[in-house]
Amino acid sequence: MQKLIIAFVVVVLSVMSPLASVEAHAFLVRAEPRVGSKVNKAPTEVCVWFSETVQTGVSRMEVFDASGKQVDKKDTHSDRTNRAVLCVSLVRALTPGAYNVIWRATSMDTHVTNGHFRFEVVGPKGAASSR
Amino acid sequence: MKFSRSAGVSILLVVSFVLPRPAVGHGFAGARFFPATLSTDDPFVNDELSLPTVSTIETAEGRETTIAVEIAKRITPNFGIELSEEFIQLNPKHEQEASGFGNLELSAKYQFFTSVAHEAILSLGAKVEIGGTGQQRVHADSFSTWTPAFFFGKGFGDLPDPLSLLRPVALTGLIGVSIPSSVSTRSDDEIEQHPNVLQYGFALEYSLIYLQEQVKDVGLSAPLDRLIPLVEFSFETPLNRGQSCETTGTINPGMIWSSKYVQVGVEAMIPINKRTGESVGVIGQVHFYLDDLFPRSLGRPLFGYR
Repeated sequence: MQKLIIAFVVVVLSVMSPLASVEAHAFLVRAEPRVGSKVNKAPTEVCVWFSETVQTGVSRMEVFDASGKQVDKKDTHSDRTNRAVLCVSLVRALTPGAYNVIWRATSMDTHVTNGHFRFEVVGPKGAASSR
Repeated sequence: MKFSRSAGVSILLVVSFVLPRPAVGHGFAGARFFPATLSTDDPFVNDELSLPTVSTIETAEGRETTIAVEIAKRITPNFGIELSEEFIQLNPKHEQEASGFGNLELSAKYQFFTSVAHEAILSLGAKVEIGGTGQQRVHADSFSTWTPAFFFGKGFGDLPDPLSLLRPVALTGLIGVSIPSSVSTRSDDEIEQHPNVLQYGFALEYSLIYLQEQVKDVGLSAPLDRLIPLVEFSFETPLNRGQSCETTGTINPGMIWSSKYVQVGVEAMIPINKRTGESVGVIGQVHFYLDDLFPRSLGRPLFGYR
């Protein structure tokens, strides 16, 4: 019986494999600033590395401060050498405080993934703002 | 420092309403990815193939081992059907071994509510076990059984900042009633009653994927960054015909590892009482994401795909 099942699985996978895509949902692999991190130096841009190549035109990333004000330049772009990276420039040197990054990535097979994370700028001496 | 929670939720709500919502596939609700659970049916509609799901447990009558296959196909982005079949091996303590196929099961599910901001999914579904399609030597019923059910899924990504480490938690579950088309059957000299049965269960998950991607990069590397530890609770309680309140069920702690195209899960099956089993069983599953394997053919809804 076990041999029959193994043979069945092998046959099914063999039939499926030539049809299979090399694309998939784009998951966040890492970000800079790192997800949930506290940074001393205010970043000038936020970048996210995805597990798949993403379509820049229909993907976006936005950064908001604690009051909900958008602090990015609305210029979501990909890295020229790595299409699995999305970056967005920030409008000014961020003041100490918490920031919320919201991203929406469309992979090459048009699957969409969403996510959000926070990072905090604590200032050069590591003291968090009380804002 | 606390981030304004209301501001964050407002932003997510605006984003969720302003942006177009294509069929995303997988078990997504906003930033939440729900894996396909092993013992309790999941709340989302998707294109997926479980091949195989293997379980074995020692019951009062003897060991029961099943090998199941299940395929789910979206008809529209929110409505799908499923077909499943299982091969059953029975090793009774005082009778001869028997093996054969159980009844074919056909089900349909409609995902009528999805909240991006609150990572929530609600669905209604119905399953029919088609009587007479399986083999009697493995006790496949000669009659059909209908099971309407309500499904839910909720991620806790909207918890406030002080509880941020609980944001990776998610809860999925179902409640339904199995209604046999025959209230009793005669076998040899006995009349066997077939009660309506309350089916209920839930899965409590802690997604390391969510922790790493949405809450805090704690430096997990592969394969740990794709793990979802979980505990599933799966119960059945007959409601009538002399068998009321004879609840059976298992509590299943385990782990799911989710990659691009496939997820692998394994759980222990701990019986809640002697009626259910006499020792700890095990269930394992290999599950394929057809929406990612075949994004331009088999892995998309037949209608309504944008």
